[in-house]
Order: sequence, then C-alpha cells, then structure tokens
Amino acid sequence: MTIALSRDTELAAEQAEACERIYAMPLEELNPGNPDHYPTGDMNFIFERLRAEDPVHFTPDEHSGDLGHYWSLTKWEDIQAADTNHELFSAEGIVTLNRPLTADEAAAPFNDGTMTPEEKEAIRARGTRSLLSMDPPDHEVHRGAVSEGVSPANLAAMEPLIRERAGEILDSLPIGEEFDFVDKVSVELTAMTLATLFDYPQEKRRQLTRWSNISTSEPGPGMPAETQEEKNAARREFFVAMSDIIERRRAEPARMDFLSLMALSPHSQNYTQSELVGDLGVLLVGGNDTTRNTISGSIYLLDRNPEENAKLRANPKLIPSMVSETIRWQTPLTHMARRATRDVEIKGKVIPKGDRVVMWYVSGNRDEDKVENGAAYIIDRKNPRQHLSFGFGIHRCLGNKLAELQLRVIWEEMLARFPEINVIGEPERSHSRFIKGYETMTVVIPRRN
Amino acid sequence: MEVTFVLQDGTSHTVEAEDGWKLMEVAVDNAIPGIDGDCGGEAACATCHVFVPPEWRAATGERTEPERGMLTSTFGVREDSRLSCQIRTSEALDGLVVEVVGS
Repeated sequence: MTIALSRDTELAAEQAEACERIYAMPLEELNPGNPDHYPTGDMNFIFERLRAEDPVHFTPDEHSGDLGHYWSLTKWEDIQAADTNHELFSAEGIVTLNRPLTADEAAAPFNDGTMTPEEKEAIRARGTRSLLSMDPPDHEVHRGAVSEGVSPANLAAMEPLIRERAGEILDSLPIGEEFDFVDKVSVELTAMTLATLFDYPQEKRRQLTRWSNISTSEPGPGMPAETQEEKNAARREFFVAMSDIIERRRAEPARMDFLSLMALSPHSQNYTQSELVGDLGVLLVGGNDTTRNTISGSIYLLDRNPEENAKLRANPKLIPSMVSETIRWQTPLTHMARRATRDVEIKGKVIPKGDRVVMWYVSGNRDEDKVENGAAYIIDRKNPRQHLSFGFGIHRCLGNKLAELQLRVIWEEMLARFPEINVIGEPERSHSRFIKGYETMTVVIPRRN
Repeated sequence: MEVTFVLQDGTSHTVEAEDGWKLMEVAVDNAIPGIDGDCGGEAACATCHVFVPPEWRAATGERTEPERGMLTSTFGVREDSRLSCQIRTSEALDGLVVEVVGS
C-alpha cells in the first residue's frame, strides 16, 4: 500500500511538471500529433490549453516533427460540424494524421519485386483509398459492400458465440497470480471475433492482430515491426493472403463474413488493388485495437475509480452506461483527418484549401462546454452515449454495436465470476498519436465468486 | 398530443408529446428502446431510425439534406425510413404511429 501511494505521489508530481511545461510553451510550438505525448497523458494538457486558448490550432512545418503542417480542431462543436460536412472536409485519400509515405512504402503491399519507380510513384500519388477515405458516391459503394457483416441480425446471431468464448477465456485465467490482461483477455477475445468477421481460420487469428498492430505503428525497437522492411513485408503478406482468400470466395456460396461479402459484391471486381487492401485494412484495424483497448481501459478505470466500481457491482444494469462512458473516456482512436476542399473560416481562423484538418475526438470528448466534468470517469453520468469516439456523419463507425456488444458480454461474464480484478502498477501505454491504448496491463484476480 | 412507437417485437408505446420537439427527443425522454439519439439530434448517427407509414408521410414532411446523406450509410433503410430527430412534433402529428427500426 505504501509503495502504491508513493507511486501515485510520484505520478502527480510528474503530471504537475508536464502541465507547467506545456503551459509555458509558445502556442505555435504545440504539436498534438507528437506520439511522445500519449503514453504519458501529456496530450490532455495540450488539448485543455488549446480548447481554452487556440481551439482551431495550426502546427507549422517546423514544429510538426515529420508530419508536415496541419490544423487541429479541439472543440466538440467544430469536430462534429467538420465530421458531418464531407463536401467541405473531404476524406479522399486520407484517414489519419501521418507523415507523407515514400513511394516504396506506399507500393509495398503490391510490389512483387518487379515494380518500377514510376509504378510505385503512381501508387503513392493516388493515396490510400478505402471506405473510410473516400467521399460519396464511391464511399457508399465500398461501405455498402461489407456493412451487412455487422448488421443487427448478424450481431444477434454472433452474441452466443462471443459469450461462450468470453466464458472460456475467463475460466482459464489464473487466480491469485499476476498476468497480462491485455494479452490473455482483451486481445484474445477481439482476435477471435475478428477471425469470425473475416471467416479466417481461428488457429491463425493472431496473424490478424499482428498485421493490424504493424499497420498502425511506426517501426522501431520494441514496436510491432522493428524496421520499415519488416513493416513493408507484413503489409505485403496481408495483401497476398487476403487477395488469395477473396479470389477463392468468389467461387463459394454467399456468406456473411467481410471477405465473402466483398468477394461476391458486384462492385468489387472493379476495385483497384489499393482499394481492396484499403477496405480490408480499415475493417481489420476497426475490429482490432478499438474494442481491445476499451476492454483494457474499463479494467484500468474501474480499478482507479473504486466508487464507480462499487456502483457497477451493486447494480449490473449500469453495464451499458459504463461501456459508453469507457468508450468516451478512453477514446481508443484519438482522431480522424480530412482535407479542406476550399478555404474555410472557423472561429476567426482561415484554413486554406488543401490543408489537412485533424478532428481530435480525444479532445472533444473532454470539452467542458459539452461534457460536464469531462476529465472524470462517471459510469452513471447523464447522456453517456453522447461522445465523439465513433465519429459522426457518413463515416461513423460501422462496428459500433459490435464493440458495445463485446464490452457488455465480457463484463456480464466477469461480474458473474470475479468479485474483484486488481491492476498492479501502471499499464504500459501505446506510443501512438492514433491508437490510444495499452500494450500490457498486469492484473491479479484474487478469487472467484 | 399523443404519438405511438411500435417496436420490432410488436409491442407499442403510446406517449404524450408537446409541440416543437424532435420526435427523437420524445422517444428518448420516454426511454423507448432502440432510439438512442447519440448525436443529439443532428442527423449524424442514425440511432433514431423509424419507419413512417404512408398515411403519415405528408404530415411528417420530406427527408432533410443531412438525413439523406446519413441514410445512405444506415442498416435496413427502406423507402419509408426517417431519422426521427428530423421530425418536429406538432398538433398535425397527433395520433402519429411510427415503427422503431432499432439498432
């Protein structure tokens, strides 16, 4: 107990120092896209300051690291307005805030080793197109081709399967000894669901997790891919594996998984290779990190907020509300990015045509003008479903109901089994401006009910 | 005035409504299952999807511009689909019956 307390004091001191440092910086140097801010939680101070002092914020080239200049929207109302105006804020070729890809990187999935520099450059110049990075009318074609995979009817059919798997995972956990909750529960359950959604062999489900982890992270020591070469190879592997399955499913009977739906969609014959891998990449990442990190987040938040934990255990009817509050607080995807289609003025700032605009959901979800006491985790708050984490407008999260379903089921099964789950120390947080999550989280379950 | 929400399981809920509210708000205030209103009534989330029977078509009006866009990305859309946040309550809608699509 003494050790935990002194660690908390140490954390509070670190946070106070970070807060002071961030408020002392010149505004134009604030770069919310710097991934270093996320494992420490520093981004919360940056966004708090921007919402108050510079809600429509420009980060110039020289302060952007390798990202290049971009705009940040930090207030709920501006984020929602941009998200619902695809004519002014185009998603063509852009999903998230990233450094510009090289031609080699852009072409990596499609390069069998014989591509010319010109061919690679052509792929880079087109940008990544996917159901999440297209405007109407193509957007409806690509989203419509696969959306049935997570239709309400399909989810109702999946619920018993998810419950059975959740039960098996939880029954296999060690009692009274430390283990990594992220790997043993969060990743395991979501990987199984993802394999079902793709109708991919369950025994190879962790391949899906690996491809997703690599695609959303910069390579480096200790990262899912250590080098750019490893990352390029993994993206090629994903493309080849998926193209192969799609080809085979074109000759198979219609089924409800994403790959069959795409294979048998009359439109998919006309997809470019880049669009095919773009759509599948979005579905892969959408079904992987998001739900996984929200499950882990709920464990962490309920451990650190004992009063909220007590409320939940006294009244399991609060599970759906707790799930929504966790999705808001966690904001597992911090942002989406768009491009201004013409000069647009917001709060006195003019965003020039062609500039990138980042909608920081992670900031809007704590905007005090919309969410009272937004930094706090309150599982029975009024209107818990009102959050930005799924986005708004035509690109709103396709799998939001599946995410809520998995969270609800795992918690129903956990409450039935374990009177407490204790987080040991601080979890290891993801080094990413996009995925707000946990790499590892050590927990102990002292006993069963 | 009264409006009735018919759920997918066939049960119906008749509730009192005042003039000038969004139909979605009436449903949320009365905890009608299947109407969430996540976006606060901006036709941006499609969690208030209903079917409007032909006899109420004229009184409830046409789909709004943002609603049309949103309904291109929503499950189970039919010709009689509306987002209930884009329907305003008024005396002309007294006795309205809509079917909740659920989500």
